[in-house]
Amino acid sequence: MPQQIRLKDHEKDARLVRNRVVVGAVAVVLLVCVLIARLYYLQVIQYDYHSTLSENNRVHVQPIPPTRGLIFDRNGVVVADNRPSFSLVMTRERAGNAGKWQDVLDVIVEVLELTPDDRALFEKRMKQGRRPFEPVPILFELNEEQIARIAVNQFRLPGVEVAAQLVRHYPQGAHFAHSVGYVGRINEKELKTLDPVNYSGTHHIGKTGIERFYEDELHGQVGYEEVETNARGRVLRVLKRTDPKPGKDIVLSLDIKLQEAAEQALGGRRGAIVALDPRTGEVLAMVSQPSFDPNLFVTGIGFKAYAELRDSIDRPLFNRVLRGLYPPGSTIKPAVAIAGLDSGVVTAGSRVFDPGYYQLPNYDHKYRNWNRTGDGWVDLDVAIMRSNDTYFYDLAHKMGIDRLSSYMNKFGIGQKVALDMFEESPGLMPSREWKRATRRQAWFPGETLILGIGQGYMQTTPLQLAQATALIANKGVWNRPHLAKTIEGQPPVDENPMENIVLRDKSDWARVTHGMEQVMHGARGTARKAAIGSQYRIAGKSGTAQVVAIKQGEKYDRNKLQERHRDHALFVAFAPADAPRIVVSVMVENGESGSGVAAPVVRQVMDAWLLDENGRLKPEFAPATVAQESAP
Amino acid sequence: MKNNFDRMLSSEDVMRRRASFLQRIHIDGPLLLILLTLAAGSLFVLYSASGKNWDLLMKQASSFGIGLVSMFIIAQLEPRFMARWVPLAYLAGVFLLIVVDVMGHNAMGATRWINIPGVIRFQPSEFMKIIMPATIAWYLSKRTLPPHLKHVAISLILIGVPFILIVRQPDLGTALLILASGAFVLFMGGLRWRWIVSVIAAAVPVAVAMWFFVMHDYQKQRVLTFLDPESDPLGTGWNIIQSKAAIGSGGVFGKGWLLGTQSHLDFLPESHTDFIIAVLGEEFGLVGICLLLLIYILLIGRGLMITAQAQTLFGKLLAGSLTMTFFVYVFVNIGMVSGLLPVVGVPLPFISYGGTSLVTLLSAFGVLMSIHTHRKWIAQV
Repeated sequence: MPQQIRLKDHEKDARLVRNRVVVGAVAVVLLVCVLIARLYYLQVIQYDYHSTLSENNRVHVQPIPPTRGLIFDRNGVVVADNRPSFSLVMTRERAGNAGKWQDVLDVIVEVLELTPDDRALFEKRMKQGRRPFEPVPILFELNEEQIARIAVNQFRLPGVEVAAQLVRHYPQGAHFAHSVGYVGRINEKELKTLDPVNYSGTHHIGKTGIERFYEDELHGQVGYEEVETNARGRVLRVLKRTDPKPGKDIVLSLDIKLQEAAEQALGGRRGAIVALDPRTGEVLAMVSQPSFDPNLFVTGIGFKAYAELRDSIDRPLFNRVLRGLYPPGSTIKPAVAIAGLDSGVVTAGSRVFDPGYYQLPNYDHKYRNWNRTGDGWVDLDVAIMRSNDTYFYDLAHKMGIDRLSSYMNKFGIGQKVALDMFEESPGLMPSREWKRATRRQAWFPGETLILGIGQGYMQTTPLQLAQATALIANKGVWNRPHLAKTIEGQPPVDENPMENIVLRDKSDWARVTHGMEQVMHGARGTARKAAIGSQYRIAGKSGTAQVVAIKQGEKYDRNKLQERHRDHALFVAFAPADAPRIVVSVMVENGESGSGVAAPVVRQVMDAWLLDENGRLKPEFAPATVAQESAP
Repeated sequence: MKNNFDRMLSSEDVMRRRASFLQRIHIDGPLLLILLTLAAGSLFVLYSASGKNWDLLMKQASSFGIGLVSMFIIAQLEPRFMARWVPLAYLAGVFLLIVVDVMGHNAMGATRWINIPGVIRFQPSEFMKIIMPATIAWYLSKRTLPPHLKHVAISLILIGVPFILIVRQPDLGTALLILASGAFVLFMGGLRWRWIVSVIAAAVPVAVAMWFFVMHDYQKQRVLTFLDPESDPLGTGWNIIQSKAAIGSGGVFGKGWLLGTQSHLDFLPESHTDFIIAVLGEEFGLVGICLLLLIYILLIGRGLMITAQAQTLFGKLLAGSLTMTFFVYVFVNIGMVSGLLPVVGVPLPFISYGGTSLVTLLSAFGVLMSIHTHRKWIAQV
């Protein structure tokens, strides 16, 4: 049976389409009628309403900026708040059309007796204004006389008003300039990337530090007011108001008393101090000296004052804790020792003979121990206590660059370690690949040796040294250092956690800690002077970072070197050694001696944290067994 | 018999008379007249809306010129030729959309452009505005009408692929217009009413279920602002509040050319692009907008006439879809500016400033002209 063939019925298709054309035409006519009805409603029925809005009165939507969140230290002391300040604002549209506002600027300059430079600045600020009816602040922090002068001359100043607004204030001045940072006026570059709606009433934005890192949390959500104004811009009534959502408050882990004590311990020298709680990663103190007053930046720092800060040889604007890069020197030895034990190239008992130098087989070059006479036979414990370079040359040589580099990365060297710090430097942990990529050279064995004592290409920040030490104190458990304890009651979340360091033999942590205790408390410990009379056991390690290289066979002679070319003094430590509650890392610029200069600073910071006013260990830091014994 | 022959003769006579100069260069007189009227009106309104900006006016005028040339060239192509090459053009269009998608991801941001510096720079999604209905028209014209479920399903897939790619750009406005242009072909092809009704009936519970079970709070918030822009008076709502005030204050006769305060005092954002109808409404009033709507209705009427008179099914479906999609442009834009519809970025055809959309629109009318002027008179059904 032949299959049925379906023929296309053109007549039927055409009829079908024609029907649909008719339906379409009807729909078009109906919908056009809907549009006309809508326009009739707007233009005829609501004509009076709309023409009133547009002609005599105008509806303005005024943004209400949210109040910026406050910042407290861990005990609730205010670190950043908002205080009312009077500023001069000008509304372009009300000053008159097309260029008339420029004439008004001239009057302002005349009335307040300002300079042409100020006028140029005002003009620049006016031009950044987004909408002609939005008031633009042009001069901040008016004093009473200026307010009075504006009031008297108000009739000559159309569109000019004195407005009260909240401005950021840092009551603690220079103490937290490097950790909390500061806010400043939004610049043109930032304007392009900001959410124009949420920032429509905001003039300041976090520039550095906590203020920058937590900008989204601190800023809050904009509110707005729909207001009806008359032709001269006076608000007649508020039609609708939505309140802004204030920014979140941040409680820092920093402690102002410890911060002050640490600054005092540094005693006016240039340097950096970080104190951490190893159990949580909370930063207890963060000092970079010299510092500066962040309040200068809030309303715009004068050009001269800024140039002075920027060009000062002491570099007060430079954040030494986060951005200062130093070879770690001997302070890295505890971490290297862990690497050596875990990879099996040394054991707790293996010994090396130190004649005062180390030589690679078939090379003439002598790698010197700092103690030219040599320490004789040294094991791990002695090597840490005496900071013996020869032992660590040997260890590094046996380990090789690849394993060393990978272990150091686990300790955070060459990585950003902080959770919430702005513009932290990652430092540098060299590797074969790094050298090939950046210098197009093969790796030389000698370069591995000097890495073992923290010299060479390796670069670390004081924060990284503190974190590497905290890892030893915390037996390898990673907590990224952070400044914010809570944000509106919530602790910050680490979205990119580091992997904990798990050793094959957990008791290696105790072995290295013991060596570090010997540094402070051993009879031949390099920093034993700094531990005299301490109420608790300290585990520490000193180091020096070279500023200028010393030639082979030459001796470091401080008298020949200019002050700024002397070595930086480093020291890292944690205490109490058996139940660590504080880790301190200190860098004293051109301080020369880690154990002589930096170690006493560490001790003072620890005392300030761990001891009460009578010089006794605070009960909460006392070892549990002692507390039980002293109980009645 | 003789009667029949006579009729044939006379109709040939008529044809010969009608085969005037315009007919021979494949231009439809009425359409051209309406388009030129719109062009003149557009420049007139734009002069005011742009704040008397001559440069902008000259750019718009030259875009018109380019558009007319493109229209003229497309009008020369035979519909049969178009139908032959449409599938390939469709594949090319989808390929370019994928290229844009991949490039956009590499550039870590949205992009709608194919840009070979110094050679060519265009938006594949604009290209799809004509290719999409043409593809569905080509596909359906080979099947029996009304289309079977299977053919409807395949059409929907053909529409869906570019739709999703354009939504991802992200350009929801254009994506919806392209969706509409494909759907109109199905509609013109006699898609059964009960299917149309059941799709609409099914969409409601699905949307409700999505709202309650799938969407996050922030997504809901976005939808709410989209549906009711006035709840966000600092963002999109700002435009609506101001455009309504502009249109409303125009009244019946308007404030007069160049005298609109809302637009000239910078209250009305985007006054020369998507919101230009507000300037027209403010300066020329209800009368002005009705006049514009009248011209649009004439244009659409001519389009539907061409649809009805087209000889091939491909021509009918394509012409019908292009005409109805054009109406969607008009309706969505005016509806959005007057606060009836949510804000999606759709320009007012021929009036809003913007070269790309002009060239695309005129090309589409070139297709209509081609369909109308390439008819074979003897074999007319």
